[in-house]
Amino acid sequence: MSYPENYRYAKSHEWMLLEGDSATVGITDYAQESLGDIVFVELPKVGAEFEAGATFGSVESVKAVSDLYTPVGGTVTAVNSVLNDAPENLNKAANETWVIRLAAKGAPVEGLLSAAEYQKFVADESGH
Amino acid sequence: MSDSHSNAAATLRRTGLYNTHLAHKARMVDFGGWEMPVQYSGLIDEHMAVRTGVGVFDVSHMGDIQLRGPNSLAAVQKLLMNDASRLQVGQAQYSAMLYPNGTFVDDVVLHKLSENDYLIVINAGTREKDVQWVRQTLGGMGGLHITDVSDYYTQIAIQGPKAMATLQKLTPVDLAPIKNYWFTWGQVCGLHNVLIARTGYTGEDGFEIYIPSDAATSARVWAEVLAAGEEFGILPCGLGARNTLRLESAMALYGHEISDKLNVWEANLGRYCKMDKGVDFVGREALRQVQERGGPSKRLVGLEMVERGIGRDGYPVLSLEGEPIGTITSGSPAPFVKKNIALAYVPMGFAEPGAEVAVEIRGQRVKAVVVATPFYKRPKPATDPALKR
Repeated sequence: MSYPENYRYAKSHEWMLLEGDSATVGITDYAQESLGDIVFVELPKVGAEFEAGATFGSVESVKAVSDLYTPVGGTVTAVNSVLNDAPENLNKAANETWVIRLAAKGAPVEGLLSAAEYQKFVADESGH
Repeated sequence: MSDSHSNAAATLRRTGLYNTHLAHKARMVDFGGWEMPVQYSGLIDEHMAVRTGVGVFDVSHMGDIQLRGPNSLAAVQKLLMNDASRLQVGQAQYSAMLYPNGTFVDDVVLHKLSENDYLIVINAGTREKDVQWVRQTLGGMGGLHITDVSDYYTQIAIQGPKAMATLQKLTPVDLAPIKNYWFTWGQVCGLHNVLIARTGYTGEDGFEIYIPSDAATSARVWAEVLAAGEEFGILPCGLGARNTLRLESAMALYGHEISDKLNVWEANLGRYCKMDKGVDFVGREALRQVQERGGPSKRLVGLEMVERGIGRDGYPVLSLEGEPIGTITSGSPAPFVKKNIALAYVPMGFAEPGAEVAVEIRGQRVKAVVVATPFYKRPKPATDPALKR
C-alpha cells in the first residue's frame, strides 16, 4: 500500500489534494483494501455544497456500505462518473482514482494527517 | 469512510484451521461467536471459483448433534418437520426444528448414519440453544442418547463443478455414484472412516467431509485439498462468498430468512414440512391452524433491483406509493448473476413474480421487482461435463 506525500489524509480514510482552492478527494489505499471488491459508488451532483466533514456519497463493496466524508467544505465542481460503470478502479488504483473535485471554502476538518502520520494511524488501527 | 466490520475478540471460538487461515492472510471476523475467515483473496474471485471451478471452505463452526438408540427415529420425527421415515442409511435431508408456535429453532441437515443413529448438522450461532432445545424436547424419552459432537469434527466443504474431480484425487472411494444429499464413509487423505457427504450451501455440486478436529490433521487435509484443486484454480473461500453463493441460490440463513419470529409457511419452506407424516411433530398444530385460517399473510420472495442501488439486510420494502410493506432479510450484489438481488418478506398481495415494489436505500426510493427464486440454478448434471467420468 502506498500514500503519496503530497496528499493529506482524513482519519475516515479519504485523501485530499489541495491546489489553491481546488480540492481533489479520493479514498485511500487502506480503505479500498479494507472494503474489498468495490461494486458501487454513489456520487453527488455537480454544484452540490458540503460543509467540511459532511457525507458526500458512499462506496459499497459486496459486503458493506461506507459513507464518504469530504475533508474540506465547498462546492462540487466535478465528479468522476467513470466510477458509475467501473467502481473497481478504486481497488485497482485508489491514489490515482479521484472521486470528486471541490471549489474549497473555509478551513479543512481538524486533524488531517501527513502520509507518514496516516501510515502509522492505519498500522495502529489494523493492529499490526 | 467508516468500516462496519467488527473486530474479532479474544473470547471467540476458533476452529482447527484457525492458524491455517491466518497463514493464508484471511480476514477474520466474528460469526456466531466464532472467529472465522470472511475472505481470503477477494470475495468475487472466491464466489466465481465455486461457480466455475472449485472452492474450499472451513465450515467447522457448524454444530453436530447425534441421536442414537432404539427411539432415535421417533425422536427425530417428533423434533423435525420433514419426514425422516423416508430416509435410508446414507441419506441426508434438509429439515428444521420448530417451536410449538411453528416458528424456527433452527434449520438443519439430518443424516441417517445407521438404523437408530442420526446426525443433525445445526448452525454455529444457535448451537447452545439447539442442544438445550433437543434435550428439553426429547429428554423424557427413553432409549435415546443425545450427544453434542460438534467439537469432534473439522468440517471442510469442497464446492463447485470441479469439486468431485478435486476430492477424487484424495480418496479411493468412487465419488460419482454418491447422489446429491447422500453420503458414505471412506478413506480421505489417509484418514479412515471419514464421512463424505454430497451436500453444501452454495447451490453448486460439492462435498462436505468430516475429519478429526485437531489442528495438525485439519491443516494437512486443507493443504492436500488445495494441492488437489490447483489445476482447477481452487481458491480458499470465506464466509463472504459462502453468503453470496447461498443467496444466489435463495437458501435460507438462520437469523435472516428464518427465526423464532417467522413460521414455515411464511419462509416458503413448506416443501420440507410433512404435515401428513403421521407424527405430531413440534410446531405442527400451530402450522395446521395457520393453514386453516387461510395461510400466512406475508411470504419470503426474491427481489431484483430494477433501478441503480443495492438493497441490503434490514432495508425497508415499500409499495410504489411509498407505503412500508416489508423488509429485506438478505441483500447483496450477486457476483455470478451480476444483478443486485435480495430476499424479503412482503404481503401475499406482492408475493407473485412481476410485482413492482421499491426499496428504501438510505432515504431514497429505488425500484425493484419480485422474481422467481432461486436467482441461480446450476446446469443439470447431464449437461455438466464435471459430473461425467
